Amino acid sequence: MKYSYFPGCTLKTTGKELDRTARLAALALGFELEEIENWQCCGGVYPLGSDEIATKLSSVRALNSAKEKGQDLVTLCSACHHVIKRVNDDMKNVDDIRTRANNYMKLDEPYAGETEVLHFLEVLRDRVGFDTLKAKVTNPLKGRKIGAYYGCLLLRPGKIMAFDNPENPTIIEDFIRALGAEPVVYPYRNECCGGYISLNEKDMAKSMCRRIKDSAEGFGAEMLITACPLCEYNLNKAEGGIPVRYFTELLCEALGITEEGMAL
Amino acid sequence: MQRIGVFVCHCGSNIAATVDVKKVVEIVKNEPGVVHAEDYQYMCSEAGQALIAKAIAEKNLTGIVVCSCSPRMHEATFRKAAERAGLNPYMVEIANIREHCSWIHKNIEEATEKAVILARAAIAKVNLNAPLKAGESRVTKRALVIGGGIAGIQTALDIADAGYEVDIVEKTPSIGGRMSQLDKTFPTLDCSACILTPKMVEAAAHEKITIYTYSEVEKVSGFVGDFTVDIRKKARSVDMDKCTGCGVCQEKCPSKKTPSEFNRGLGNRSAIYTPFAQAIPNVPVIDRDACLKFKTGKCGVCAKVCQAGAIDYEQKDEIVTEKYGAIVVATGFDTIKLDNYDEYAYNQSKDVITSLELERVMNAAGPTKGHLERLSDGKHPKEIVFIQCVGSRCSDDRGKPYCSKICCMYTAKHAMLIRDKYPDVNVTVFYIDVRTPGKNFDEFYRRAVEDYGVNYIKGQVGKVAPQPDGSLLVQGVDLLDNKQILKKADMVVLATAIEPDPSVRKIATMLTASIDTNNFLTESHAKLRPVESPTAGVFLSGVCQGPKDIPETVAQAGAAAVKAIGLLAKDKLLTNPCTAKPDELLCNGCSACANVCPYGAITYEVKLINDHGIREERRVAQVNNALCQGCGACTVTCPSGAMDLQGFSNRQIIAEVDAICR
Repeated sequence: MKYSYFPGCTLKTTGKELDRTARLAALALGFELEEIENWQCCGGVYPLGSDEIATKLSSVRALNSAKEKGQDLVTLCSACHHVIKRVNDDMKNVDDIRTRANNYMKLDEPYAGETEVLHFLEVLRDRVGFDTLKAKVTNPLKGRKIGAYYGCLLLRPGKIMAFDNPENPTIIEDFIRALGAEPVVYPYRNECCGGYISLNEKDMAKSMCRRIKDSAEGFGAEMLITACPLCEYNLNKAEGGIPVRYFTELLCEALGITEEGMAL
Repeated sequence: MQRIGVFVCHCGSNIAATVDVKKVVEIVKNEPGVVHAEDYQYMCSEAGQALIAKAIAEKNLTGIVVCSCSPRMHEATFRKAAERAGLNPYMVEIANIREHCSWIHKNIEEATEKAVILARAAIAKVNLNAPLKAGESRVTKRALVIGGGIAGIQTALDIADAGYEVDIVEKTPSIGGRMSQLDKTFPTLDCSACILTPKMVEAAAHEKITIYTYSEVEKVSGFVGDFTVDIRKKARSVDMDKCTGCGVCQEKCPSKKTPSEFNRGLGNRSAIYTPFAQAIPNVPVIDRDACLKFKTGKCGVCAKVCQAGAIDYEQKDEIVTEKYGAIVVATGFDTIKLDNYDEYAYNQSKDVITSLELERVMNAAGPTKGHLERLSDGKHPKEIVFIQCVGSRCSDDRGKPYCSKICCMYTAKHAMLIRDKYPDVNVTVFYIDVRTPGKNFDEFYRRAVEDYGVNYIKGQVGKVAPQPDGSLLVQGVDLLDNKQILKKADMVVLATAIEPDPSVRKIATMLTASIDTNNFLTESHAKLRPVESPTAGVFLSGVCQGPKDIPETVAQAGAAAVKAIGLLAKDKLLTNPCTAKPDELLCNGCSACANVCPYGAITYEVKLINDHGIREERRVAQVNNALCQGCGACTVTCPSGAMDLQGFSNRQIIAEVDAICR
């Protein structure tokens, strides 16, 4: 099974580990992430202006590329996923944006939201299945207490992202369980890490991340996992406390992909 | 040829500001059959009606058209006026040039043209009208009240006191409803049970009232004055006549792990149970899903300990069929489910409770014997946060768009009672608005703030986060101070939106009573007929019609009773003569009409028919005029055009359409 894959800028720079481990895990689980040629930055933030078209075009190009290949589009970075999924929804449901974006694109066949956008976690849940994943785990993470950190971008707006219950999500907890570890549920797992505010109000972002980490630790988590490079960056910048890793790193570990394997 | 008079109403400026009424008069004067046309400021007034009577007499009119408001408003008024002037009331037609024209248009020219067209259609119809005579139907002098809460009890008592028989059908094992679950009532703080239980006893003891508890309405047929209702008496597994209400069976029952509905799941009950100590009737029921005897066949403890021999495991559901003249719906409410509001951690923390659950906690007969304590660890709370409008006034589809109306007041009550009994407890209320219209209501709220020191914060709560130490961190906003607030609390109470009891949908369908998008029963007129359903003979009592507090509910219950009494006091009702009538020569006996008739009014008869000299036996449709409601479904279904609705015949409708398209 091949999926079109949109890695995004961060996964080529500070978030390389997320990209690398995801690809390895995908192969081990029997699917392949085929990187879209000439993908461009998603913009990092979904443009809220209803007359803003140019910043949506990168997403439309990626979506259309997947459509032409007849593949679903897989993302890893929460921000990329958020932007692309919402632009896809616009292309499907908002006449004005669809018309104007297609006027720019001048495609042979106009794009109207045909591509299905999946986050890597959704591929694991809905395509591979957590039961299958569990069966493929060779190195169960027994006894490890792990907190899921969702952040905001994967979950909201709930109706468009259609990822999980935004106020009480369970997908990463189910994932943790499939790896043989014990999920630790704590109330701040869907709260914002501060996002880009860490650029000019470092203290505020730090206090937000502190609250998240302290809460998780208070409920017994030994580690947090996340899908978002920006969350990972912010949470780790708030020094001390429990470590924060990408969910794919643990996935590789549970699948028994060794450092040598990883080196391949 | 008819001699038609047309009367164009100004309705003050309601019509005249948008429709050139003089011009309408001038134009319709030339319509075929019209011999008289005039306009007047308020046609429905006494003077307006006198104009109509005068014209009927002087111009010898045979039919009239009133161009005015909706027929729902004043058709009956003008029919009566015409009848008094010697005209058959069914020779009156209304052209609705207000709701259908002046209110929805701005351009005078266009509105005037449309008013003329609507008048023409009505004139064309009157040209084909024939006098109709209303039949009579009898009134069964007995009322059914569906729901045994305070609304149903009050309605039943008022009807019974007027001398009519009333049956109350209540689906739970006891009457009493939501009010029986409350601790104290605003704004006087009298104990709910102390004012409710005497009414329950009175209803039970009243010679004119029969109470069916643990029973549901299963089927309704018939019409105003003559309903036939099947009531399912669910198997109680206890003989009502033998049981003495001693309660030993409940004590000895070994299955005690079923969440108590009465205590909102905060405590458990036995499989054989009465919902609460003051239940009426004081006869338990066996919950067969929880009972070991029914689940495993082993046990039978209750039968062994029952001195009266009242336990009857073989009891079966029983259907009681009864006739009623009037039906009052009093099905009440429940609080909404909080599955869409996980940010308040209701499903995650035992110390986040709804206000109705707090009523049980505060109640001396409740799960904590009236002691205010955290349900997680039984500890005395020091900080309590109330969150208002949980699911009410919601702009998306997570909750309800309406204000639940009672929450501001009961939260002020809770806050005040807690501060009064436990001065060491701090109480904070997050609100959008505090809405306290009502006699002595705002004074009550101000007492909570000024005398009892309840801390009111204008702003919403975004998150309730359970902390590792067992406390709750409430994250909200103070809109007046423009600050984020983080408040540590030991308990959080959610003022949860109320919604009509889910059973109301099924009941509304059986009664063909309309409900709105929120499942509240619709009243016939929001201002002028607030306790009557548009379905004749069906009346509305309590929250089934819209959110209400107890004083309002009791007032409305009385109003519904008066309307029901007004109906029951009549011996006979005039029936609508606009019923279906088959043309036996055209009918081919296909049964299509009978299949669509929602009232079972159509039957078939084999008759000797003389079809232009050919005599033969044919199966033809027959309409029971007492059952037919004139809905017209049969007339549009009949493939041969044999079925016609009197007063709305196919010819008349086509004439109207032709007049509009002319």
